[in-house]
Amino acid sequence: MTGTTSGSRLHLPRYLREDASLRTPLRYPEYKSTGLRAPLRTPVDLPHRLTEVTGPVLGEDRVTAADADLTKRAGGEAQGQRIIVHGRVLDSDGRPVPDTLVEVWQANAGGRYRHVVDNWPAPLDPHFDGLGRVMTDDQGRYEFTTIKPGAYPWGNHHNAWRPAHIHFSLFGRAFTQRLVTQMYFPDDPLFFQDPIFNAIPEAARPLAISRFDYERTVPNWALAFQWDIVLRGADQTPFETEDDGDVA
Amino acid sequence: MTQPLTTPSATVGPYLAIGLTWDDGHLVVPEGTPGAIRIRGVVLDGNGEPIVDAMVETWQADPDGRFDHPDDPRGASAYPGFRGFGRAQTVGGGFEICTLKPGRVPDGEGGLQAPHIDVSVFARGLLDRVVTRIYFADEAEANAEDAVLRTLPDDAARQTLIATPTEDGYRFDVHLQGDRETVFFAV
Ligand SMILES: [Fe+3]
Repeated sequence: MTGTTSGSRLHLPRYLREDASLRTPLRYPEYKSTGLRAPLRTPVDLPHRLTEVTGPVLGEDRVTAADADLTKRAGGEAQGQRIIVHGRVLDSDGRPVPDTLVEVWQANAGGRYRHVVDNWPAPLDPHFDGLGRVMTDDQGRYEFTTIKPGAYPWGNHHNAWRPAHIHFSLFGRAFTQRLVTQMYFPDDPLFFQDPIFNAIPEAARPLAISRFDYERTVPNWALAFQWDIVLRGADQTPFETEDDGDVA
Repeated sequence: MTQPLTTPSATVGPYLAIGLTWDDGHLVVPEGTPGAIRIRGVVLDGNGEPIVDAMVETWQADPDGRFDHPDDPRGASAYPGFRGFGRAQTVGGGFEICTLKPGRVPDGEGGLQAPHIDVSVFARGLLDRVVTRIYFADEAEANAEDAVLRTLPDDAARQTLIATPTEDGYRFDVHLQGDRETVFFAV
């Protein structure tokens, strides 16, 4: 969708605000770190103007072909269960979001992150750094190869474990569409005690869980999971454009 | 119309540096660009302690008030190397971006907004990003007629969005909580 000018008025795409009851709330006491960090005051509605309906259009120059395969780093093969993760980036009208940057990061097969403050006693893997980047294609599709991340303990509550997950960062094409989220795996037995998963309103939780995709497994090579990501959609209200011509 | 189901957000967690670090992330314009300014600040928690595992992202118009984006109907930015976008982590206690001061941007209704930068803050403990805006203390006249600033309840709220001049740019602190809690926006 492209903006148009008419006199001094700008006709801009409008991005829908989702139902607040389906959004992850900022305040969720069971997740302890929200206590001193989640703002206490009600946010002010910001009308969507030019700054909000535009956003960084980050090009291919951020991504190399090797960034889509997290299993081959530092001249060797990562340990763990090799998986393909693929899906589409869509907006909430079902339209694909093409040519948009997808950034992912994750723990290794043992649940350890390559990060200075992660010091739980699972081994680092010299051939796994946990970072991937891909661009969606013209149909909004993305795909990367990685290993299934392990679960890991953390200090939120007694015997707390994060379910296996992959962190995702997406831009869409507008500031309003920016999304950072986490992809989970089906039937994880750790969901029940995880406040980061359970902070998601129940009706929206299925959207955070990938689907095992037998069709896309590669024989003798890799399992596969499919996960579509839905960004906020633009209003379909037609704009005044010259080619609105079906009057004949 | 059926309710659009969008993928729910989640926290970036403590290890965002693995996935979201760019060496040039803070360079909205390349180093040495004529007129470049630095915007520096800290992100503070409810105890007033600086958060060292947050990330600040910025999105803004160029000095002519244009966005380098196909939905800006006025055409592309005339500032070579101007990305409009910045991202900086607070690993050392604060964040810093190198940019050009934005110009005034049309409000879509025949008026102009005051120069501003849209800001997203991500951190462990934030289950979604929080969004705010940077305005500039030396734009008093434009700020006084800015529709967004005018809708805020009082001057104390407005002050939380005003960056103050420094030797080489501006200072803008984000208070996630507290007496000086920054005004955050629902977008
Ligand atoms: Fe994690």
